[in-house]
Amino acid sequence: MFRRIYQWLDERLNIGPLWRDLADHEVPEHVNPAHHFSAFVYCFGGLTFFITVIQILSGMFLTMYYVPDILNAYQSVKYLQNEVAFGVIVRGMHHWGASLVIVMMFLHTLRVFFTGAYKSPREMNWVVGMLLFFVMLGLGFTGYLLPWDQKAYWATQVGVKIAGSVPLIGPYIETFLKGGDVLGAQTLARFFAIHVFFLPGVLLALMGVHFILIRRQGISGPL
Amino acid sequence: MAGRHEKDVEYVGDSRVIKRRGGPLTPPDYTEFPGKTEPFYPNFLLKEWMIAVVSLVAFLVLTMAHPSPLEAPANPNDTSYTPLPDWYFFFLYQLLKYEYTSGPYTVVGTILIPGLAFAALLLAPWLDRGPKRRPKDRPVATSLMLLALAAIVFLTWAAVDEHQKHMASQGGGSGAPTVEVSPDAPEGEKIWAKQTTCQGCHGVDLKGSGFAPSLEHVGSNLSQEQIVDIIKNGKGQMPPGQFQGSEEELQKLAEWLAQKK
Ligand code: HEM
Repeated sequence: MFRRIYQWLDERLNIGPLWRDLADHEVPEHVNPAHHFSAFVYCFGGLTFFITVIQILSGMFLTMYYVPDILNAYQSVKYLQNEVAFGVIVRGMHHWGASLVIVMMFLHTLRVFFTGAYKSPREMNWVVGMLLFFVMLGLGFTGYLLPWDQKAYWATQVGVKIAGSVPLIGPYIETFLKGGDVLGAQTLARFFAIHVFFLPGVLLALMGVHFILIRRQGISGPL
Repeated sequence: MAGRHEKDVEYVGDSRVIKRRGGPLTPPDYTEFPGKTEPFYPNFLLKEWMIAVVSLVAFLVLTMAHPSPLEAPANPNDTSYTPLPDWYFFFLYQLLKYEYTSGPYTVVGTILIPGLAFAALLLAPWLDRGPKRRPKDRPVATSLMLLALAAIVFLTWAAVDEHQKHMASQGGGSGAPTVEVSPDAPEGEKIWAKQTTCQGCHGVDLKGSGFAPSLEHVGSNLSQEQIVDIIKNGKGQMPPGQFQGSEEELQKLAEWLAQKK
């Protein structure tokens, strides 16, 4: 049955090469923990990806309940956490996953750094990686405000003030982040938009480039 | 395409791309590496997936054991709240608390140091260009990174330490009292209003939550002495020593609670 569908599609679209490229690449011995346990350091990139997928899925479920306005945001999170079946798990996964993804990405960066994997010809992928790092921190910063509790409000207040203290462009950044003169309804709405649409879009695009470059260049050789 | 020889042209879909001279910098297959390679699919992916599933279950257990925190709703008027960013920003936040990174020197902490560190990291492939890849063959790169790591760990620790000391001097709990008490309220009630740790479980309004019982009528079951004992030594799930304040205040609080029949 599946075979027939596949063949039907393949005849028309020649989909073989698409997935073959992903499926058939060899995993060399020096990055395979089954052969050298210490090669687990090569798993951190994949783990970052895995947790990113968890973040995206749990985040999608969160938006089924979350209401991005200052009157209802807190109540909607509280309701999700306390009343909705599995709400604790959905919010918990997104909350703890946000920390975990940073940890994994940090470890991945260290692996790449200490194995000198950023050297020619992989300079571009290192730069793409740094951009990914920034996008992740941006996701952390904007997501922190969304529950609209005391911690969220005051941490963002401080973060925005620090951004505002930057010479020359500071005040513009501050107004851009707040969406006005006060940290309030506008701020929450735009943090939500940035957290849920803008940054994930950029993240997915960058991850796509990251992976294409890895497939193109292959993983760096053994030390 | 006239004049160009067939063998110079590579067919990609329907377009003709001029063939590159000289191969790519790295061959995209691993046959050159010695040792046992393994196909990504299905062998390697299967193992990865098994480990992922086990980790996922562990992660789910963690999320259930430690529900994510949710504090009181945002109150823009409560300027006494001590703000704290998420932990992975601690080091950047702490950096702004030293003499030459604050006040007139704030730029040093906000732009100069993080900017230099970030620029160095971004440009690492061009700063560290030698062909050697082992950490000990790149002493400058390796030691700078280790130094940066040490600084991050130290600053993160310093931020936590400072925050804890600050909280202790504030009389515990995170943030200011979330309840408004009138000035002529009983002494015990005022003390209760400051016990944010107790309120965390028993509720601001004494109504209790989850495993923590309501205290609205504790006085009908327990005497003042018994209440003092439980506050000091804990009971069941309740940890000991959560009260913040003097012995005298503790007695006043217990007296007030004991009157709740
Ligand atoms: C969303 C975040 C990221 C994801 C999902 C991700 C994923 C991956 C994966 C799966 C690999 C294959 C090798 C491995 O797993 O170690 C890889 C390689 C690589 N990553 Fe990332 N990465 C991320 C962020 C970063 C960051 C922050 C950097 C550094 C600034 C970076 C730089 C690199 C480089 C240079 C390689 C090639 C390494 C080599 O060939 O040995 N990546 N990445």
